[in-house]
Amino acid sequence: MTTATSGIRRNVRFRPGRTVAWIIVAIVVVATVFPFYWMVRTAITPTADLVPQAAQLWPSSPTLINFQRVLGLASIEESVAAGGTGASIDFVRYTLNSVIYAGSIAVIQTLSCAAAAYAFARLRFPGRNLLFGVVLAGLMIPGIFTLLPNFALMRELDLLNTMLGLIAPALLMSPFTIFFLRQFFLSLPRDVEEAATLDGVGSLGRFWRIALPLSRGPIATMMLITLVGMWKDYLWPLVAGNSELTRVLTVALGVFQQQSPNTAPDWTGLMAGATLSVLPVLLILVFLGKQLIQSLNFSGGK
Amino acid sequence: MSRSTLERTGTGAPRRAEKPPAARPGVSRLRRAEKWAALVLLLPALLGFVVFYVYPTIRGVYYSMTDFNLLNDPTFIGTANFEDLAGDPQVWDSLRITAVFAVLNIIVMMVLALGLAAFMQRLHLSNWVRSLLLLPWLVPNVAIALIWGWLLDANVGFLTQLLKSIGISGVSFYNGDAALGIIIVISVWSGLGYTALLLYAGMLQVPHDLYEAAALDGAGETRMFFNITLPLIRPVLALVLVVSLIGSFQVFDLVQVGYGNNPIPEVRVIYYYIYQQAFSFYNMGYASAIAILLVVILGALTFVQMRLMRANRSDLS
Repeated sequence: MTTATSGIRRNVRFRPGRTVAWIIVAIVVVATVFPFYWMVRTAITPTADLVPQAAQLWPSSPTLINFQRVLGLASIEESVAAGGTGASIDFVRYTLNSVIYAGSIAVIQTLSCAAAAYAFARLRFPGRNLLFGVVLAGLMIPGIFTLLPNFALMRELDLLNTMLGLIAPALLMSPFTIFFLRQFFLSLPRDVEEAATLDGVGSLGRFWRIALPLSRGPIATMMLITLVGMWKDYLWPLVAGNSELTRVLTVALGVFQQQSPNTAPDWTGLMAGATLSVLPVLLILVFLGKQLIQSLNFSGGK
Repeated sequence: MSRSTLERTGTGAPRRAEKPPAARPGVSRLRRAEKWAALVLLLPALLGFVVFYVYPTIRGVYYSMTDFNLLNDPTFIGTANFEDLAGDPQVWDSLRITAVFAVLNIIVMMVLALGLAAFMQRLHLSNWVRSLLLLPWLVPNVAIALIWGWLLDANVGFLTQLLKSIGISGVSFYNGDAALGIIIVISVWSGLGYTALLLYAGMLQVPHDLYEAAALDGAGETRMFFNITLPLIRPVLALVLVVSLIGSFQVFDLVQVGYGNNPIPEVRVIYYYIYQQAFSFYNMGYASAIAILLVVILGALTFVQMRLMRANRSDLS
């Protein structure tokens, strides 16, 4: 009876609130999406129409010329005629570089950290707490502090502008991932692992055959979060891998922007480039959106 | 009697003392095996930690006491870099700009994100809508800087014109008076959905009967938010605060891409200044010294913040 009463009261009281809530969420969604809409709108606008149609929500004569010239599919003359500098982005190569960079780090780093996290959560060895404390201290060090010596190191090893040098610093270790997965392993019930121990399963076997399969969710979460982070990464790839062969998409976009004249930027070309760089992200959102939301629910709920 | 009981009795005791010869040979063998297993599991991550965290930390501290331009070997100069730093107005200016950015960014972001999360708590938003809110978080700052640079173009930017049409002029990307505010707006815009979803996830953990009980007692929406929701999501709130504080002090991409290699002075943040010293002027030693200052500041701020928030205690458990 109590629940029925409170249910009714809640419904009555929540109605006006819900309308306001919907309106506010709708405003936020529009404000979130509009800049991306405007980016696409600009990318399909002929440069000549840019100023006259600056406030028009849809261009009068949409075109793909900006994408063609950014991708290098149009001749230099065509590009210049369309308002560009003739600069192009080797989009496929840079995207591939980004995929290799972000993908390999996301997978290997998460697995390597999962193993370490299990050791910190479950195994007994001398100096465990001290070591974990030192690893956690790594969380508070801003990236640029280690970036400078790492740059010098890669330079000494002659690994600047190589994929190996680009990937190596983040490949095996992330204090946050260890912290996060350790918390999860600690929350797993011990019974199954204890039973396995009695059956003669060793520590490695318990990690590989019990803990790892049980933590597929959180491990996928960390991989996804790391993937996004590395996909967006800019400073390290800028200083350590800004050559044609190893340039990732973010750096390529930055370089493309700096080639555009400061006084009259090639906005249609720049927006075409930006649109291309957002496309892979849209794919992630369409195919992994649900997983991503669940990941966040998981990490926020912990 | 399970093994864990045996183990527990042995915790903390010196290894030799708990090994009466021949009494439990199985246990000590297991212990040794466990130590080896720990080593195997830790090895990859520790390798990465030692080579790319510990070693560079030691080198960074050493560099900060040297004159080093990448081409020469570092020459030891004691505390000269730190003396220079203390008298370098650009360091303090960029720290001030970064601090203003961090404080305003965090306050505006947290207020908006908490509000948005509270509204989301009442609605059953589809995954689709929530994915849309995440979009800016997925997009690299480089692209975001370009998009906003265009929206706020002084001549034909859509937002510039929109603002002009309602009587607000002078808001454009390269206008020094507006630049820092613009960077804050962009930063809040790009982080809002992500932060709100994290806080929302925290709010989902709050037991529903607490709200029902409060409603029965006649508590209003606002009171419920401040007396139930806010205190109970403190752990995730603290985490988000600490992470965004550290993140805010590292703002860089937006400035470097948006304003190019010689940004207007109003947005010269500390990360940019370190980057400039290291990679434009090749003052590796001096750049390391400023980076150490940043480490110290962030360490102190995080410590204070954790203390104030009592982050490790959750009222829920």
